[in-house]
Amino acid sequence: MTAQPATRPAVPAPGSGASVALRGLRRSYGDVHALDGLDLDLAAGEMVVLLGPSGCGKTTALRALAGLEIPDTGSVAIGGRDVTRTPPNKRDIGMVFQAYSLFPHLTVLDNVAFGLRLRGRTRAARRERAAEMLALVGLGAHGDRFPVQLSGGQQQRVALARALAVEPAVLLLDEPLSALDAQVRVQLREEIRRIQREVGTTTLFVTHDQEEALAVADRVGVMNAGRLEQIAPPAELYTAPATAFVAGFIGLSSPLSARVTGGRAELLALGASVPVLPGSIEGAGTALLRPESLGLVPDPSGTARVAAVSFLGAVTRYDADLPDGSRITVQAATRGVPLQVGDAVRVEVEERAVLVTAS
Amino acid sequence: MADVTARLVRWVLLAAFAAFFLVPLIALADFSTKKPAGGRSGAAWHALISDPTLTAAVRVSVTLAILTALGMLLLLVPTMVWVRLRVPRARRLIELLCLLPLTIPALVLVVGLDNVYAWVDYLFGDSPYGLTFVYVVLVLPFSYRALDAALSAIDVRTLAEAARSLGAGWPTVILRVVLPNIRTGVASAAFVTVALVLGEYTVSSLLHYDTLPVVIVLLGKADAAESTAAALASLLAAAALLVLLSLLDRRRRAPGRTSR
Repeated sequence: MTAQPATRPAVPAPGSGASVALRGLRRSYGDVHALDGLDLDLAAGEMVVLLGPSGCGKTTALRALAGLEIPDTGSVAIGGRDVTRTPPNKRDIGMVFQAYSLFPHLTVLDNVAFGLRLRGRTRAARRERAAEMLALVGLGAHGDRFPVQLSGGQQQRVALARALAVEPAVLLLDEPLSALDAQVRVQLREEIRRIQREVGTTTLFVTHDQEEALAVADRVGVMNAGRLEQIAPPAELYTAPATAFVAGFIGLSSPLSARVTGGRAELLALGASVPVLPGSIEGAGTALLRPESLGLVPDPSGTARVAAVSFLGAVTRYDADLPDGSRITVQAATRGVPLQVGDAVRVEVEERAVLVTAS
Repeated sequence: MADVTARLVRWVLLAAFAAFFLVPLIALADFSTKKPAGGRSGAAWHALISDPTLTAAVRVSVTLAILTALGMLLLLVPTMVWVRLRVPRARRLIELLCLLPLTIPALVLVVGLDNVYAWVDYLFGDSPYGLTFVYVVLVLPFSYRALDAALSAIDVRTLAEAARSLGAGWPTVILRVVLPNIRTGVASAAFVTVALVLGEYTVSSLLHYDTLPVVIVLLGKADAAESTAAALASLLAAAALLVLLSLLDRRRRAPGRTSR
């Protein structure tokens, strides 16, 4: 029978993780450059999420940090120690995979204790630690079960407990929620964040789900074609994207013709002007406006027309066509009678800085 | 009505198959216990444990079976795991190499092996246990299939990477993670190996080694009853081994078992 601690288990003190530095990582598969000079730093105890489309190199970066991929060039350091050529079993990492990775022949408790056994802990010590970790992930009563007897979400919790049981310097999460249904994903990602904060392990989390990334990260790194486009806290990444790719990948944005002069962009189709973000070009370009920066007001004399309406529950999303042929996306809280397709509307623009890129 | 007919057909088929397999065995048992002058005798069966030629042949064949099974597992399991993890493109090549012995007639194999065995005898001495090398080759096609099916049933890559991330070296990955999860395939491969080695005649006969099948054939020329008893005993031993392996596997699979 599994030993059940009466109270919340003792876990390593916050901040017990190690810093991570990836420098100039390159990794090619034939003509495909999965990593193209990647530089990435993680502070001790920080949770960084790598986000990007399929094939952008985020998983390769994580695997290079894990030692499961050897970079062609560049270096990997954990806690200031160069581990570029160190095998994964000597890197002091814990990892949770996208695929279910529990050892089918072992019970849940033995799975969690596996790494401790390899570290020569006594049977009593590893069972006690495994029970603590299972309690931490809310599965204290499931120690005697086999993986096949658990749901997908439970299996990933056990995998997390197993990875943390060895008190790794760095925790690596490779799309651990991808195989789960939406409700469990949300629940588990919050659990992961809570546990990461409690344990304080430096964590690199890879996902292609931007909502997931923005919800759990201290900083989000957006990757594209093997490089880091931008790394910043979630709010900054959303409100002040550094590149057109980031603006397009994170959230929705409407591209509008603009002319930048004196730190302000004149939106030609709307006759309005807004401040520009650092990194914007001077002169003619394309301004990228967030849906919540725009508003639609019913106005029979308005020059814009509602082209599509999407009810999303708390918010409603509208697409509107402008006289110059461009289309904008607007998001507003759902209240009152919604606009209908074909309604004439006036577009209001909030005074919020936008990124202007070359057309 | 359809149910009754289906059940009847099932029983008829079962009886036909049972007769097909059991009648020869019963005939063997009958012949090996029949006295020429009439009546029954256990002399032929008693000779199985008292005839020094036969007991020596049994010892040689059983040892060969164990050595071959170990050699096959040592060669195939790490190779197949490595190929799956590191060079998946080579999988077809390995499969082809493992299936090759099936396509070469035993006689041709022996003609070629004769020269090789001149060197094996020179290096390791003239011993029937040298047959282990050729037997490992002969069992490759069957063992490969059994192990390949077992490996395909698990996510070897993820399990190995998970174990590596937890601090396991390659020997630990294979012994503590991969092997326990392909034990059914290992048991099947081992059983096929044992069955093949206990029944292999051509190679050992042409290379002049007295293994069990060779001695059974020789005995058949001198004492048909003892030869028949030996053949039946080896069949029953193989069947008992199969049941034993199956029971062991079932016991290991029983829920609630924990590692120590």
